[in-house]
Amino acid sequence: MDIHTLTIGAARKLIENREVTARAMAEAHYAQIESQDETIGSFLTLTKDRALKQAEHIDELATKGDPLPPLAGVPVGIKDVLMTRGERTTAGSRFLDKFVAPYDATAVQKLEAAGAVCLGKLNCDEFAMGSSNENSAFRPVRNPRDISRVPGGSSGGSAAAVAAGFSVATLGSDTGGSIRQPAAFCGVVGLLPTYGRVSRYGLIAFASSLDHVGPFARTVKDAATLLEVIAGRDPQDSTSADVPVGSYAAECGRDVKGLRVGIPKEYFGEGLDPEIREAIERRIDGLREAGCEIVNVTLPHTEYAIPVYYIVATAEASANLARFDGVRYTSRSPQVKTLADMYRRSRDEGFGAEVKRRILLGTYALSAGYYDAYYRKAQQVRTLLTRDFQNAFASVDAIVTPVTPTAAFKLGEKADDPVAMYLSDIYTVTANLVGVPGISIPCGNNHEGLPLGVQILGKHFDESTVLRLAHAMEQDQK
Amino acid sequence: MKVTEKDVAYVADLANLELTQDESTRMVADLNSILTHIDKLNELDTSNVEPLAEVISAFAEATDKGERFAYAQRDDEVHPGLSRQVALSNAPDTDGTCFRVPKVIER
Repeated sequence: MDIHTLTIGAARKLIENREVTARAMAEAHYAQIESQDETIGSFLTLTKDRALKQAEHIDELATKGDPLPPLAGVPVGIKDVLMTRGERTTAGSRFLDKFVAPYDATAVQKLEAAGAVCLGKLNCDEFAMGSSNENSAFRPVRNPRDISRVPGGSSGGSAAAVAAGFSVATLGSDTGGSIRQPAAFCGVVGLLPTYGRVSRYGLIAFASSLDHVGPFARTVKDAATLLEVIAGRDPQDSTSADVPVGSYAAECGRDVKGLRVGIPKEYFGEGLDPEIREAIERRIDGLREAGCEIVNVTLPHTEYAIPVYYIVATAEASANLARFDGVRYTSRSPQVKTLADMYRRSRDEGFGAEVKRRILLGTYALSAGYYDAYYRKAQQVRTLLTRDFQNAFASVDAIVTPVTPTAAFKLGEKADDPVAMYLSDIYTVTANLVGVPGISIPCGNNHEGLPLGVQILGKHFDESTVLRLAHAMEQDQK
Repeated sequence: MKVTEKDVAYVADLANLELTQDESTRMVADLNSILTHIDKLNELDTSNVEPLAEVISAFAEATDKGERFAYAQRDDEVHPGLSRQVALSNAPDTDGTCFRVPKVIER
């Protein structure tokens, strides 16, 4: 068992054939975490009792010869913005340092019901706000492929854990690229499901019209398997859609001949690292050889996506984070005399600089006199971005783009320049604004050996085509 | 300069945030550089464009053929929720039945 390359299928088979017990599988991963994670910093909390109890349950089923669920004994990790009942859940924030989740997020509950073993909670940027994981209140995560570099963010711990052999798969959240960008930086697969495809019940909200829950994995097929488990309508989340869930794993391996694949020129312009461009062009050639029709498309409002995103996301965040006020969620500044004092001091002490920056920006954009100039304007341009995609998808089945303009940058490199940091999300934010599904898969390494990613975007609720193409592209590079 | 220190103080007050002098100086600089970038939106004429708040209702209307937000409706039935004890379990201060906060009204 090579813990670095173990897939869901292989792990499950080892357990089903009783070559390895689920307990031994979990313990092997904990041993790897204990020996390596001091350097990487991906886990904030280990949930050993919970994991071993679940593993023993799986082992009992296997011993009896009972049919095993689809993720039986598969070690997974959970981004610390998702609730895990009875376990510390911090959102990477000092404010929630001592918060113990009172219930399970639906995605977590579904993973465990499918037999997965939750090893622990994964580090992330505070309240999922960041692109480098340097905004975690606890510690930055390091990229397992080069520890002088960031793993990306905000789901940096989720990506790093899969890359470092700590966990076969993980869950993350993606509000503007927070699954796809760290997947690209760490050389793993990251899937953004359609808005509404996966329940957000139990996700600590950042920007509700943009937040998605999705998986990280080592292969496209594993990501597809996880999506099948976590997808579907949830009565607890009124924004989850009542749309039939596909047989996503079965899409992997289906012929891609005849599919029309769009290449938007706006995503391949100035600012894109030439090595990433070349790597993606090779994958596009591969799709052409496999019988795809490659079509040039245009998404003319692409350059406006970052400004729209940083208005919409911060405005929604300023409202969502109002709940952290010192009344309900563990933190209250000591020795406050008045209610107003309690709000201010608790928030001041609990929030880090980036969270404050975004709350201030969002509050500004919503404040009297600026609402029309900023918030309404951004929502109007969001309509234009949506039309861009509708027009493009009238002639193609999917769109191929870069995930990031560069490979993983160094820790500290962009920490003092918020605009430079925000611009690293330039190819990912639009999918959230438009609500379409996307995937980031590895497409080789640059001259320094750093992983590069390619993104495939699809039509609303058409994860099937995205996964089918991603799988074809993944096979091409082997 | 679009945003002054006074503006930051006003917005911080609205958001119930307390900023130190250093933080305030930093936020003035950061907000100005971010808003300068955001001003790019003014290149676009959006006078006849509807604003979009969220994407799912547009999609749901196209597929449900039903009324707006029909996807979000459910039967009005009582379901078990969190117990009081669990709901209060993370609170910094309670009296056992309610969240307790500092005095709101001074006499």
